[in-house]
Amino acid sequence: MSDTPEYSRRELLRQIGASTTLMAAGAGALSAQDMQHVHQAVAQETATGPYRPKALMRHEYATLERLSDLIIPADSHSEGALAANSAAFIDFLCGASEEMKGIYTGGLAWIDERMRKQYDSDFLSAQPGQQTALLDQIAYRKNDQPDLSPGVQFFDWARRMVVDAYYTSAIGMKELGYMGNGAMDHFSVPENAVEYALKRSPFA
Amino acid sequence: MLQVVGTPQKFDVVVIGSGAGGGTAVKVLTDQGINVALLEAGPMLHPETDFKEHVLPYQVDHRGAGAHAEYYFGRQQWNYFSAPNGYWNVPGEPYSVATGDKFRWFRSRIIGGRTNHYGRISLRFSDYDFQPEDGLSDPWPVTYSEMSPYYDKAEGFIGVTGTKEGLRTAPDGNFLPAIPPRVHEILIQKACAKLNIPCIPSRMAVLTKSIHGRAACHYCGQCGRGCRTASAFSSSQAMIFPAMKTGKLKVITGAMARELITDASGKVTAVSYVDKATRSEQQIHCRAVMVAASACESARLLLNSRSTRFPNGLGNSSGQVGRNLTDSVGFSLSGYVPALSGLPRHNADGIGGMHVYVPWWLYNDRKKDFPRGYHIEIGGGFGMPQLGSFHGECTRAEGYGKALKDTIREHYGAYVSFSGRGEMIPNRNCYCEIDPDRIDDYGIPVLRFHFQWSEHERAQARHMAETFTDIIGTLGGKVTGLTNPGRESSGISVGGSIIHEAGTVRMGSDPKTSVLNKYCQSHEVSNLFVCDAAPFVSQPDKNVTLSIVAFCWRASEYLAEEMRKGNV
Repeated sequence: MSDTPEYSRRELLRQIGASTTLMAAGAGALSAQDMQHVHQAVAQETATGPYRPKALMRHEYATLERLSDLIIPADSHSEGALAANSAAFIDFLCGASEEMKGIYTGGLAWIDERMRKQYDSDFLSAQPGQQTALLDQIAYRKNDQPDLSPGVQFFDWARRMVVDAYYTSAIGMKELGYMGNGAMDHFSVPENAVEYALKRSPFA
Repeated sequence: MLQVVGTPQKFDVVVIGSGAGGGTAVKVLTDQGINVALLEAGPMLHPETDFKEHVLPYQVDHRGAGAHAEYYFGRQQWNYFSAPNGYWNVPGEPYSVATGDKFRWFRSRIIGGRTNHYGRISLRFSDYDFQPEDGLSDPWPVTYSEMSPYYDKAEGFIGVTGTKEGLRTAPDGNFLPAIPPRVHEILIQKACAKLNIPCIPSRMAVLTKSIHGRAACHYCGQCGRGCRTASAFSSSQAMIFPAMKTGKLKVITGAMARELITDASGKVTAVSYVDKATRSEQQIHCRAVMVAASACESARLLLNSRSTRFPNGLGNSSGQVGRNLTDSVGFSLSGYVPALSGLPRHNADGIGGMHVYVPWWLYNDRKKDFPRGYHIEIGGGFGMPQLGSFHGECTRAEGYGKALKDTIREHYGAYVSFSGRGEMIPNRNCYCEIDPDRIDDYGIPVLRFHFQWSEHERAQARHMAETFTDIIGTLGGKVTGLTNPGRESSGISVGGSIIHEAGTVRMGSDPKTSVLNKYCQSHEVSNLFVCDAAPFVSQPDKNVTLSIVAFCWRASEYLAEEMRKGNV
């Protein structure tokens, strides 16, 4: 048999969805930086305007958005879970699973009820300091006591899923600096990364 | 496409199962001009639409959670992005486990079987694996030097990376260029050197250069999702699809083998199977049959093929069919390595899985409290963020806000994991048999499993825990926890969960204690061959796929020669 691959690298790049400009430039392989552009281009193509909640009520959805903003906020480094539409991912799954929906409708109602008892206001209308005061209680397993337990358990779900939604988004991947899943001619490791780790290791 | 009962078409050879064994049989036999029919219980594979190696999580609305959020409730059978592969629970095809025992049975139902997805780890068995020096398991009817030329052929065809190291525990092969280590792997090599543990370039069935018309790897790191360029070996793409173009192969999908039919002389004349789409009984006639349905399915088929002449199942006068069931011993531990925190970002993909590994290194150590060895598989690097990637971080860090976000960023790429894969010694408590009370949705009697680790394996898993803790400590790191899914409370894997079942139709020199001869041919039925991991007499710590290919290659050449001579 010949050594000509049946399935060419060019065909592969086409399937990955590399932008036409990259293809026109005749790139034989995509560098890590190029891949970030591809990731973003794909994300933009798939974005379809503001998300309309499918499963949660408007108030529930707005509360979840605020919660996501508190869990992974925007900072000087990058945008946060709000910009990455993390609540939309969760609402989508609430629409796909009654069990999931129950976790969120129940948990969000618990949070509102708790806030009303303490501050005479639902979570969304409460002061930021009041919101974080509640999270400071339910964000830790040590408070998983009879009184707070439903809140602690719900926050564990919300935190894991907001984190999932955020870091699997284009914004979250950029925040992490994930550069993979490209198509390369060869594999090598940058010297600066090796030096960085060795210097900090017991083998320095 | 289906054979009509009563006017069957006759093939030279019927191959049952399309994984590493079935694929090899199809390739070697059709290369020699032999007419083959291949029965696969699952559907056809379509790599261009089935493989998702270049799909990012956000390109799917549920991001991999499944259409009904199955991932979050522990109901997902397998990673959504993985290559079509198989199931822990096949709809309509149950099995039983004896009371008090634990066993999980993974089954593939797709052209290519587990090779579409497997880890591509390709390790030759050692001389002592074939002739154990401790006498704790039976010798194989072949030696390493007899098998070495077939390992050469297998590696030459599927393509295996590696370097010549001269280690008895990891025999050298016919290697493609190795791939450089990633940053965490460089640190692990240094830690291992300090501990006098070898840590060498990995031996993986991934093409670091183009061979046999298959493209070189494009280093996207997602071999487990299937490879559209077929740069990672799969029997579907490298063996079966090319054979389909020869005109010598007929593929019949959705075909669940029920029974092997024999004539008065005791030879197999036909295979009876259920066409799943129509739930109708079909027969296909043949001169010879190669059973490669996976170790336990192959045993099940023989046990279900009873006749007056073979009341205990076909070729089972020894009573060994279903016995000697083994799986690899699995134990995994992960750790956080501060030297890697904040590591400068780069593309760390390379080939899927590890670039370096630890072969067994204590073969001559008399002080350890367990008999056989294990190798260590290594994980780490900047993996693609997926659902669950940071659940461990959420659990450890707790809290929320900027502190959580900063921790996740700093720790990304700073975790390493170690998975031991050890040799289990066959024991009399581990076997499968036909459950007399249960049938599947096709009316076929199902298997009942019996499985218990012995103290040999438990001691070995404890040694793995100590070793991995030592390596993580030497890296200046901190153990973060057990990571293997499907484990018992001590951390040892549940039997079957490493998906390396073997031994259930074992080979041997003595027909009284074995089912097959050294060519994987039945002692009693000359036109019956078994060519998956079922013939393996023991479960060396080296993953079975490469050896399945080597043994099946040899058996297929032998069968072709026997057919030419008129012996089969």
